Amino acid sequence: MVEHARPAACPACSVSGLAEDVAQADLDKGQILLSLPTIHCAACISAVERGLSGVPGVKSARVNLTLKRASIEAAANVTTEQLIDVLDGLGYEAHELDAGLLSTTASEKAGRDLLLRLAVSGFAMMNVMLLSVSVWSGAVDATRDLFHWISAAITLPTIAFSAQPFFKNAWTALSKGRLNMDVPISLAIGLAVVTSLWETMLSGEHAYFDAALALTFFLLTGRYLDYRTRSIARSAAEELAALEVPRAFKLVDGEPIETPIAELTVGDHILVKPGGRMPVDGEIIEGQSEIDRSLLTGETLPVFAEQGLQVSTGEINLTGPLIIRATAVGKESSLYRMAELVAVAESGRNRYTSLADGAAKLYAPGVHILSALSFVGWYLYSGDMRTALNIAAAVLIITCPCALGLAVPAVTTAASGRLFKKGMLIKDSTALERMAEVDTVVFDKTGTLTSGFPVLQDIGTYGDQDLSVAMALASGSSHPLAKSLVEASKQSGLTPASVEDLREVPGYGTEGLLNGQRVRLGRAVWVGAKALPTTATYLQIGDAAPVAFRFVDALRPGAAETVASLKAAGKEVILLSGDTAPAVEALATQLGIDQWAAEALPEDKVNRVQNLSSNGKHVLMVGDGLNDTAALAAAHVSISPATALDAARVAADIVLLGNDLEPIAEAVETAKSATRRIRENFQIATVYNVIAVPIAIIGLATPLVAALAMSASSITVSLNALRLR
Amino acid sequence: MEMLVYLIPISLFLGGLGLLAFLWTLKNRQYEDPEGDSQRFLSGDWDDKPKP
Repeated sequence: MVEHARPAACPACSVSGLAEDVAQADLDKGQILLSLPTIHCAACISAVERGLSGVPGVKSARVNLTLKRASIEAAANVTTEQLIDVLDGLGYEAHELDAGLLSTTASEKAGRDLLLRLAVSGFAMMNVMLLSVSVWSGAVDATRDLFHWISAAITLPTIAFSAQPFFKNAWTALSKGRLNMDVPISLAIGLAVVTSLWETMLSGEHAYFDAALALTFFLLTGRYLDYRTRSIARSAAEELAALEVPRAFKLVDGEPIETPIAELTVGDHILVKPGGRMPVDGEIIEGQSEIDRSLLTGETLPVFAEQGLQVSTGEINLTGPLIIRATAVGKESSLYRMAELVAVAESGRNRYTSLADGAAKLYAPGVHILSALSFVGWYLYSGDMRTALNIAAAVLIITCPCALGLAVPAVTTAASGRLFKKGMLIKDSTALERMAEVDTVVFDKTGTLTSGFPVLQDIGTYGDQDLSVAMALASGSSHPLAKSLVEASKQSGLTPASVEDLREVPGYGTEGLLNGQRVRLGRAVWVGAKALPTTATYLQIGDAAPVAFRFVDALRPGAAETVASLKAAGKEVILLSGDTAPAVEALATQLGIDQWAAEALPEDKVNRVQNLSSNGKHVLMVGDGLNDTAALAAAHVSISPATALDAARVAADIVLLGNDLEPIAEAVETAKSATRRIRENFQIATVYNVIAVPIAIIGLATPLVAALAMSASSITVSLNALRLR
Repeated sequence: MEMLVYLIPISLFLGGLGLLAFLWTLKNRQYEDPEGDSQRFLSGDWDDKPKP
C-alpha cells in the first residue's frame, strides 16, 4: 500500500528512485542498518565485516548474527545503495532497514533489567543455600540462629529487588479485581519470608529463606525465556515493517514532494513511479501503464491502465509513471474497508485460551483455598498461630507453579527457536498450540503457492531469432514479463539482437528498429495479435505474424512437497483463489488438490473459512494478499509469507521469512510435539503435587523437603521441555 | 566454629565477585548476539593483533 524502497513483494520495485532518498534520510542519523537474511556462520561474519570496512568512508561495521543484521557507522557520502551493492558482490542478500522504526531500546532495557534481577536472585540463592545446608546437616542453637539471621539479611533486600516484577503484576491484577499467576507467586514468596523471619526471631527451626529465593530464581528464569522468545519475534516483525517506507510523492505546482501517506487528502495529485504501489484510492489523470492487482484480487494478468481508470490502494504500477487524483484516503479507502472486514472476522473468532492460562485459572484459586484450609485446620487443631502459618507457607511453597512459570516458556522457547531457524516467525504466543489442532489447510494461490513471478513456458518452442530480438526489446524494461524473458534467454545462452532506437511505450510495450524493420514487444492489441487466455507477451517483427511468449506463474519452492506431506499427514487441503478458473484448476491438478474454488472474493474466502470452522474444523489459512487478510484473521491459525502485504502479515499469526513453503508441514509437527511436552509437564507437575501437598498439609514438610521437592520438579519439567530439540 | 567468622564473609565476598563480574558483562552488552559470539571465535581475523 506504499511505495517502498527494496521490497521483496514486486519484481519491478528496484527501479524506484525511493531507495536513494531513504538512504539519504538515514545518513543524517549517522548509522545505517542492513538486514542480512542469508548470513549464518563465522565466515559470513568476517566476509561481511571485511567487505563493509573496505568501503571508503565506513568507520565501523558490526554484524549481529542473532538478529541477522549489520549496523554500519559511515561518513555522510556513503550511500546505502553502495553498501548493498558491495554485499551483493560478495554474495549476500541485503535490505535496508528504516532505523527509525526499529525502536528496540525499550525492550532491550526490559531484557537487561530481567537478567539483572535474575543474577541477583541467583547469587543470593546460592549463598543462602550454602547456609541452609549447614542448618540441615545439624547446626543448632546459636549457630543456627546466626545462619538464619545472615540468610535473612541476604534474602530481604534480594526479594525486595528481584521479585518486584511479580509483586507489580500481582498488584495490577488485584487492583482490577482479577487473579493471575503472579498473585499466588507473590503470596508464596511474601508468606515464606514473613514466617521465616518470625521463626528466626523466635529461634525456630523452620526458615524458608532458601525456598523463597529459589522460587524467585526459577520463575525469573521462566520470565526471561518468555521475554527472549517474544523479543526475537517482535524485532523480526519490526524489521519487516521497516522494509516498507510509508511515503508518497505529492505533486505541488507540478513538482513531486515526498509526503507521508497519512498527510494525503482527497483531490491531491500523486505521482506513482513504475514499481511503486498506489498509496491511496484514486483515478488516473495522466499517463499509461499496466497495473498488477494480484495482491488485491489474486489475478495474475496485469491490467492496462490509462486515464480515467480507478485504482485502489496497494496495486502496483508496472511500466510508466502515473499521476492519480486521490478519491479516497485513510478511513474511506478500500484498504480501510478491508481492515473493517478483518475486524469483523477477528471478533467472530473464538477467544483462544492457552493451555497455561487454562491451567492458571484452576491453579490460582486452588492453591489459595488449599493453603487457607490448612491454615484454618491447623489453627483450630493446635490453636497455635505460628504452626498454622508455617504450614500454610509450606503448602504455598510446595505447590510452586514452576511447571506453569518455567516449563511452558521453556517449551515455547525451544519450539519457536527451532522454527525460527527454519525461517518461521511465531508472532502470537498461543499460535503453536492452535497450530497443533489444525486439520484443514486453506491455501491462496498467487503469491502463496506460486511465487508471483512469471516464468517463460516451453522455451524450446520459440525460434532463437525471435528470442534474441525479444530479449533486446525486453532488456530496457522493468516489466516483470520482460525481466523474466531476459532472464530465460540469458540462461539458454542467447545474446540480444542489435535493435536500435529502443523506446518504451508505457502501458503497451517496447519498440525499436531491427535492420530498419520496426519490431514491437508488448500487449496483444498493440502488436495486432489475438490475446490468449493466459499470461503472455507478444512479439512482432516487421509485418510478420506476431509470436506469443507464454508465461506461467512459477510454483514456490517446496509448494508441491508441502501439499503432499500435509495430505500424507491426513489434513484436508483446499485452494481458494481470486484468479480465473483455468489458472486455478491447472495448479490444483498439478499439486493434487481436489477441493478448489476460483474467482473467490475476499468475502467468499472468509465465508468458506468460517463455514469450515462452524463445522468443527480447525483451519490453517496460508495467504499473502489483501483479499486473504480477512480469511487469515478468521482462521484458527494463519501463516503469511514475508513478501505479503503489511496488512496480511499483521493479520497472520506466523510469518514465513524464507521463500520456501516447506517449513509449514514441519511446523505443524513441531507444534504438535511442543503441545505434547506442555501437557506432559502439567502431568508431571500434577503427580508431584499429589505426592508433595499432603506431606505439606500434615505438617511433615521441613525446609529441606520443600527445597528438594521444588528443585526436583523444576529441573524435571525443564529437562522434559528440552527434549523437544 | 570460630572459623565461620572468616569463612562466611569470604564466601559472601567470592559470590559477590561473581555477581559483579556478571553485572560487568551485562553492562558491556555481551548478551546481545550470543549466536554471533559463538561463531566469531572460529574466525582467524585479529588473531595476531587486537582489532583497532
